[in-house]
Amino acid sequence: MHHFLYGIYPYIALSVMVIASAARYDRDPFTWKSKSSQLLRRRSFVIGSVLFHVGVLLIFAGHLIGLLTPIWIFDSLGIPHGAKQLLAMAAGGIAGVMALIGGFILLARRLFDPRISANSTVADTGILILLVAQLLLGVGSIFVSVQHLDGHEMVKFMSWAQGILTFDPKAASYIADVNWIFKAHIALGLTIFLLFPFTRLVHIVSAPVRFLWRPGYQIVRTRKETPAE
Amino acid sequence: MKVRAQIGMVLNLDKCIGCHTCSVTCKNVWTSRDGVEYAWFNNVETKPGIGYPKDWENQKRWKGGWERTASGGLQPKQGGKWRILANIFANPNLPEIDDFYEPFDFDHDHLKSAPEMEAFPTARPRSKISGERMEKIEWGPNWEEILGGEFAKRSQDYNFEGVQKAIYGEYENTFMMYLPRLCEHCLNPACVASCPSGAIYKREDDGVVLIDQEKCRGWRMCVSGCPYKKIYYNWSSGKSEKCTLCYPRLESGQPTVCSETCVGRIRYLGVMLYDADKIAEAASVEKEMDLYDAQLGVFLDPNDPAVIEAARKEGVPEDWIKGAQNSPIWKMAMEWKIAFPLHPEYRTLPMVWYVPPLSPIQNAAQAGQIAAQDDMPDVRSLRIPVRYLANMLTAGDETPVVAALERMLAMRSYMRSKTVDGVVNLGVANRVGLTPHQIDEMYQLMAIANYEDRFVIPTTHREMVEQAYDIKGGCGFTDGNGCSGGSSGKSLFGGGKKFRSPTEFIA
Repeated sequence: MHHFLYGIYPYIALSVMVIASAARYDRDPFTWKSKSSQLLRRRSFVIGSVLFHVGVLLIFAGHLIGLLTPIWIFDSLGIPHGAKQLLAMAAGGIAGVMALIGGFILLARRLFDPRISANSTVADTGILILLVAQLLLGVGSIFVSVQHLDGHEMVKFMSWAQGILTFDPKAASYIADVNWIFKAHIALGLTIFLLFPFTRLVHIVSAPVRFLWRPGYQIVRTRKETPAE
Repeated sequence: MKVRAQIGMVLNLDKCIGCHTCSVTCKNVWTSRDGVEYAWFNNVETKPGIGYPKDWENQKRWKGGWERTASGGLQPKQGGKWRILANIFANPNLPEIDDFYEPFDFDHDHLKSAPEMEAFPTARPRSKISGERMEKIEWGPNWEEILGGEFAKRSQDYNFEGVQKAIYGEYENTFMMYLPRLCEHCLNPACVASCPSGAIYKREDDGVVLIDQEKCRGWRMCVSGCPYKKIYYNWSSGKSEKCTLCYPRLESGQPTVCSETCVGRIRYLGVMLYDADKIAEAASVEKEMDLYDAQLGVFLDPNDPAVIEAARKEGVPEDWIKGAQNSPIWKMAMEWKIAFPLHPEYRTLPMVWYVPPLSPIQNAAQAGQIAAQDDMPDVRSLRIPVRYLANMLTAGDETPVVAALERMLAMRSYMRSKTVDGVVNLGVANRVGLTPHQIDEMYQLMAIANYEDRFVIPTTHREMVEQAYDIKGGCGFTDGNGCSGGSSGKSLFGGGKKFRSPTEFIA
């Protein structure tokens, strides 16, 4: 069971995420959207949405850098594992609490505002509940981490994540003996990856950074380029 | 010189009776769907009033349109690209749906299903968004119809800037006019500039501004970017929608639905040639009052041989050049100078123009004492203050508005002499700088307003860019999902995408 959840399930989740997203983008671009509900109710949206998004983006960047940077880079820079763990706990803790507050505001809005709840699908409400649960687990794991500050546990997760990406068949065994809260956090995270293409989360892929270097402001479409064979 | 063609529109406010036929026919065709019940691609406002959505003209509040930077460049008033992206999680300038109005329906079923009661059953309103009971309807798309509501609220109208407005609240001095509004299909659209996804675009061949529904991601920056608030976020589909200038009709040479159904014959459609290279310069002139003139300078004379040659080189079809030469828009905007852009100070170079309305003489008792020449009263004694019209149409410059009103009065006076007394009154024509021939033309176009004179619309030449055989049996105009193949061009599995027939989805 452990081997399936942490050795095989990651590949299932990531494959579904990539392939299903591509298929949805290709097949049904009309459904690809952020689905904002700001128009329906402005109150509490601004603070909730900003906290949530900024928090989640910081956490995402932290996980990406923290988990996937090979450990020897930190070693050669002379950063002790314990210090790296402290940094991760502090930065992740602050961003996590931000995202959590924002997430609760948005969830309250989605569940209890009659305008929003009447226009939410199961996927809309469900994914937000899962994200808030994931944030709770993530912030909760800090209390476990406090009990071992030497960075030893953290290195296990780095080995696991890097093992998964390098197709290391022993990846799952690296995290066999960690606290249940980490295991739950990872399993739920993989599930969110799995559900990604079927929810509004796909708007993350369309983050419009291209806008920043789009030449000029105006866009004119012409039909002339189409060859009139 | 980069010649492009644009279908422009002029609305003769002098003849608008505020019947809302344009709004209703537009709604029936385009926005009778979930998520856009609140959206009126065309609406008619009674002015003075704060309009729909509330206070839309006040860009200090909504930050729509463009602003001129210190260095003389242009950037959206809501901020440059970094600023727009920084606001992407929550747009601080986005109106809430209550600023338009909460869409509702009535419990009609209750009228026939109610049990025997003491009181007569009524159909009470219910929100279209949440489905909940609405105890009281607080606002609607046309709440200020025929000066509804108290003057104190209506006089928040932005066009009262610089007008001593207190006296217009008095019954004897009150005035009103109708303002039908739709997307301006601007030459320098702020919505296009604000869209982070690049989903909004202007069509090169006819200037129509459209939103690519498959590329729109619902970042909602266009809603706040447009100073006319003519982009609507569909809260059901999560995409923005706007007036399409009925492009499927235009392409086949028909007028838009709002124009076709206008019972007052106030709408005109025609081609304008313009120089795309001059847009940036014209939109960024320093003084707001110069923007009207600057926009006139962007238009190209379709009878100028140099322009015709340049247009041909750019691939403007022959019948479009001919259409530009017969364009009613050119005559009213450029030749007679009686039509004006709506709020040129937004720097979007709008392409739906307005002929200002005449109004009764301010004080009927004094009518005899007012200096009148050739039956023409001084336009400053008209009931609608000239400054009010100028704030709306020329960024506050009264001279062109006065000249236009005088020309319209002169046309009446001249035609009255001609048809009643049988006298050609050259004096009145000369006084407003028109020739008798021009006044006859004006009369024909504006008073008689025949269908073929009002709408001079060359068809789109799809045959030059498309193989009709390839799209045989494909989807027509659809709303997103049903038949969404085709426009993104590439298939996941290589090769071109095939058009799918609607029957595939039914089976």
